Amino acid sequence: MTTPVLSVKDLKTHFFTRAGVVKAVDGISFDLAEGEIMGLVGESGSGKTVTGFSLLGLVDAPGRIVEGSVKLKGTELTTLSTGELRSRRGRDISMIFQDPIATLNPMLTIGQQMRMAIDAHERLGARASEARAAELLTQVGIPSAKERLRAYPHEFSGGMRQRVAIAIALLHRPAVIVADEPTTALDVSIQAQILFQMRDLARETGTAMVWISHDLAVVSSLASKLAVMYAGRIVEQGPTATLLRDPRHPYTAGLIASLPAMAAPGTPLTQIPGTTPSLLSLPEGCPFAPRCDRATDTCKTDPSMTHQDNRGWRCFHPVTRTAEVPA
Amino acid sequence: MSPFLSIDDVSRLFGPNLTTGEKIAAKLGSKVETRSVRAVSDVTLSVRKGETLGLVGESGCGKSTLGRLIAGILPPTTGSVTIDGKPVMEKGTKVTTRVQTVFQDPFASLDPRMKVGDTVAEGPIAHGLTTKGQSRDYVAGWFERVGLDPDWAVRYPHQFSGGQRQRIAIARALAMQPDVLICDEPVASLDVSIQAQIINLFLELTHDLELTCVFISHDLSVVQHVSDRVAVMYLGRIVELGPVNEVFGTPAHPYTSALFGSVPKLVLDADELVHFETIDGEVPSPLSPPSGCYYHPRCPLATELCSGQQPATQGVTELRAVACHHFEQQLAKSTA
Repeated sequence: MTTPVLSVKDLKTHFFTRAGVVKAVDGISFDLAEGEIMGLVGESGSGKTVTGFSLLGLVDAPGRIVEGSVKLKGTELTTLSTGELRSRRGRDISMIFQDPIATLNPMLTIGQQMRMAIDAHERLGARASEARAAELLTQVGIPSAKERLRAYPHEFSGGMRQRVAIAIALLHRPAVIVADEPTTALDVSIQAQILFQMRDLARETGTAMVWISHDLAVVSSLASKLAVMYAGRIVEQGPTATLLRDPRHPYTAGLIASLPAMAAPGTPLTQIPGTTPSLLSLPEGCPFAPRCDRATDTCKTDPSMTHQDNRGWRCFHPVTRTAEVPA
Repeated sequence: MSPFLSIDDVSRLFGPNLTTGEKIAAKLGSKVETRSVRAVSDVTLSVRKGETLGLVGESGCGKSTLGRLIAGILPPTTGSVTIDGKPVMEKGTKVTTRVQTVFQDPFASLDPRMKVGDTVAEGPIAHGLTTKGQSRDYVAGWFERVGLDPDWAVRYPHQFSGGQRQRIAIARALAMQPDVLICDEPVASLDVSIQAQIINLFLELTHDLELTCVFISHDLSVVQHVSDRVAVMYLGRIVELGPVNEVFGTPAHPYTSALFGSVPKLVLDADELVHFETIDGEVPSPLSPPSGCYYHPRCPLATELCSGQQPATQGVTELRAVACHHFEQQLAKSTA
């Protein structure tokens, strides 16, 4: 394997609120190679968005990165000054957000916004900027791009707006793109078009992607590796196919089993009991233990990541395919 | 079997609410939007007692509007909705107790300033299903039914999680003892692990209470799981209708086929990333729908006939219907 473009080690982002310390991200590590897409899956409140924000240094007070490192092409990002970070954001690493209505400025044309994004890092003339912007819009599948540069965001449909946001993220050919649920707000037919395009773009441009989603099916058709988050930690990570076929962590196994496609129509679905714990009052030890049917007294201590081959899991009683029921 | 809920040739138009000034401006030739949107167009459906009908389609296809028409929240522009032969909305009434709806967002559908028990009790008291004095026990019964602790009735909505709120919303709807339950994207805003809990609750309740149900969702796998029959909508029209496994297994309409093909599926036995089909283009604006078949600009099977003539709904088998000129071709493709 080549050297990773993005390397995250033991990253911890905590929020210091009046009610207590919220450990939104609590020690996660992963590597990302060039052109690789990693799916970051988890439920709301599991810390996946905060992870994305931490990678770009976008965490606002009362939160901050308290520990760990984020290395982008060998450069440590967590110790950079605000100005230095700014010069990298959008050029070396960029982000696509869930809601394209909120990310685009309604008062400016698409062309103006793309021009601003170009000017932030590069000195290109008006003509060259326009050509670059039009080229990227075409690349993400917007027809008659030149004319569309003069349009305002409200003149685009939801899917087209998200394409514009993706085009802006791609303007400087960043090494890494963090995509935070970019297709969640879109219709399935549009979602499929965009997923397909992103997969090709990653292959063509060599851009690595962290694809944050709550939808296992979306990620499974896009990402070559997966990380499953629960209560601020990665509980299981590995190659997508292996992880889905043969999950080790009971939470991953439960998520897969609870999908309607996994049960015969009309029959009850396998459900994970209970709800996600509040990050303010996490149970001692393994945070999944109260919802887990495999939990024992050992689970009152915190499991560390067990590595095997190219995968890892954080559980004392991992699920194995050969022995579904613990003896 | 005779239909229980029947929707006859229902259409709903939304026109712009023009002020007098705008009307004059439009007459004088200025650019004022005077066209109306046909959100639901000539829909005829019938649902048997105890049956769950799934309603799928992309956003803007009119599935939520149709749900509201059935629930009597909106009056249809033309056509009628009847339950057991009696209209859902009788003349002169403002509300119906026969149809209840569970909405998508349990954060918006519960009054934040009312105790959840009062929210659940409000309707039944107003319609004489229980009295103020007995309402506590009545509410407690429904709370237990949906898997909530009856003691929680004195809490406020913000004290509950999304899944629990959706349970309260279901209790609120069922406490009215409706004949028909409309579920408008009831699990769309919930986390994956909570979705399964709510789907299971729904299956259990519809079975135990023999509820007739219209289940609206954009999530095909959820619809496939809970429904007996499914109706696929596109731009306000029903393009295909039939038993859920047949419609999804061998789609007779190119749109159904494409819609199902573009859903990302969890593939467990492939090491390679799967290729999935995509539909070209986007849903056209309902303000100016295409001529003929609404789907023809995106359809791979489209011919001249499709752009000229709107396809009539025709039977495929006794239980299935489709609105497509080339459904036989599509069926052959699906079966192959």
